[in-house]
Amino acid sequence: MAAVATALGDAPVAEETGRLRQIAALRSPKILAGFAILAIFVLAAIIGPIVYTTDPSALSTAALQGPSAAHPLGTTATGQDVLAQLLVGGRVSLFVGFVSAAIATIIGMLVGVAGGYIAGLTDEVLSVFTNIFLVIPTLPLVIVISGYLPSRGAVSVTLVIAITGWAWGARVQRAQTLSIRRRDYVTAAKATGEGIVRILVWEILPNEMAIVVAGFLFTVIFAILTQAGLAFLGLSSVSQWSWGTMLYWAQNGQALPAGAWWWFVPPGLCIALVGSSLALINFGIDEFVNPRLRAAGITARPTLQRRRRPGTSQAPAPPPANAGFVSPGERFTPVAKREKSRQRGEGES
Amino acid sequence: MRFLIRRVSFYIVTAWAAVTLNFLIPRLMPGNPAQILLSRFQGRLSPNALRSLTTLFGLNSHASLGTQYLQYWSDLLRSNLGISFSYFPEPVSTVIGTSMWWTIVLIGVSTIIAFVLGTVAGVMIGWHRGSRLDTYLPSATTFLASVPYFWLGIITVYVFGSILHWFPPSGGYSLSTTVGFNGSFIASAAYHAVLPAVTIVVSSVAGWLIGMRNMMVTTLSEDYVVMAEAKGLRPRRIMYAYAARNAILPSLASFAMSLGFVVSGAILTEIVFSYPGIGYVLFLAVSNNDYPLMEGIFLVITLAVLIANLLADIAYLVVDPRTREDS
Repeated sequence: MAAVATALGDAPVAEETGRLRQIAALRSPKILAGFAILAIFVLAAIIGPIVYTTDPSALSTAALQGPSAAHPLGTTATGQDVLAQLLVGGRVSLFVGFVSAAIATIIGMLVGVAGGYIAGLTDEVLSVFTNIFLVIPTLPLVIVISGYLPSRGAVSVTLVIAITGWAWGARVQRAQTLSIRRRDYVTAAKATGEGIVRILVWEILPNEMAIVVAGFLFTVIFAILTQAGLAFLGLSSVSQWSWGTMLYWAQNGQALPAGAWWWFVPPGLCIALVGSSLALINFGIDEFVNPRLRAAGITARPTLQRRRRPGTSQAPAPPPANAGFVSPGERFTPVAKREKSRQRGEGES
Repeated sequence: MRFLIRRVSFYIVTAWAAVTLNFLIPRLMPGNPAQILLSRFQGRLSPNALRSLTTLFGLNSHASLGTQYLQYWSDLLRSNLGISFSYFPEPVSTVIGTSMWWTIVLIGVSTIIAFVLGTVAGVMIGWHRGSRLDTYLPSATTFLASVPYFWLGIITVYVFGSILHWFPPSGGYSLSTTVGFNGSFIASAAYHAVLPAVTIVVSSVAGWLIGMRNMMVTTLSEDYVVMAEAKGLRPRRIMYAYAARNAILPSLASFAMSLGFVVSGAILTEIVFSYPGIGYVLFLAVSNNDYPLMEGIFLVITLAVLIANLLADIAYLVVDPRTREDS
């Protein structure tokens, strides 16, 4: 959370209201909800195993027991505690997700920003390279590589996912750099004799932070799902607990046919919830980057729709997902002016 | 035309890169698991099969990397992908040839359904932006998209296959039918494909839907849409001919990325459903350390994805007149 806040906060902005605008964007309910869900899982992974000290691998005679006081999420076929596995497994799943996404984002940033800025032959080569990695289907590649790996612990899986997952970020970064490098302030920086590294790091990168973060979160989802898939196939270490490993054992232990939903459902649900929370944050960032999307919320119901589709807008405006989120533009614009811009069908942007 | 030529040459370069990657991976990996396997099969392999496996994995230490690479290509062009260990003694190309069509039909049909469904729904909720549906549908589909395919697949198998008995829980066709182009076989295959296809559609529809919705919203605030409205055109015409037609371009352009996702998910789905497609065979290959089969499948999947992308590019050509102008 802090990373995003500082990332967005670093972007230099011309207008006085710029900072306010960023804070408002972070207050978007989508982002808040996303962060809240994510925080729960991160905290559970960090603190959980310390508080709930049951050994996830300890066998017991209480096999396939439903949720009870002794085992809040029941037990597996070998009597292991599901909650303990979930908490410890969360560590590995989140670790692989975040670390491999971080590595992939850095590779993508280097390739994309460098290619977009330097242009010419370098860009052509890097861009073809990026597109090749983008088109080659990842999971089969990851499966083939892991098939050869002598050890399949969390670290090697992390590296394999990072190596195969950077291309999307590179492509988006390159496009953004291409559009930024022609802006006046970059030309000005060049004219004052700033070096290429300084221009890239201080002038260009800060203005791409929002999409860097969005790309990072997207890669985290991808990495968590890929790791889960690999573990489920038995292609990562089966003795190291992760949500994917839990699903592997649950499937091998015929959890669902045995009626042990408490064994099979929670890991998948955790993956889905973490994925949704990251996607929600990404929605919020999208709205931040592209104000038109934000304007589609309650702040501006376009005239186009209101006039043409009376049937759809007769009902009072539904409580929108982003209730409580007032775009700063709206907050500081006199009502009359707002009405006028609405009549022009322009939204708030 | 120039656009198409550029794309085709890009795909050729990519295909070359994939082949080269396939050539390099076993040679770059620490240790050589293939060597161990090969010695296990030593007595059972014909000298010819042994030779092709040697070229495949670079076990022939006498030849230089360059010679090995040329040899590898010449084997490949004669579609000699080696002998499968797990389907011994069938050649890899035969194993892939029989399983490939299952996957192509399954993924092809479900991708088209998901694309059409997601795009149309995206156009709708983008048009009715700010409505109740627009508020809840993207969030709901996002949740479904974050669900691991295989997890959803297993639950579907359990609920609709094992409990309700609406659909067969596994396999690709009923064993009582004869494989071939006859009515009962096709009906049985279609019946078996329903559950996996639904799983793939449900998990992949969100990407299309949200992408299309966002582009639709962005496009609707363009001046030419306001202009079209001012001219008094029918809403339906504005919606489809003005907004949707422009909004669909990024969806088509990012087809590559999305298809990669779908293919990855579909592989896992096939495994869950024991569907006789290429994903399931890949799983068997990996669990049996069947390296030749693994490599062959990776190549075939990559080539298939490239062809699908080429088709998407041709669709792009049809939708976007700008790509045709410069010819």
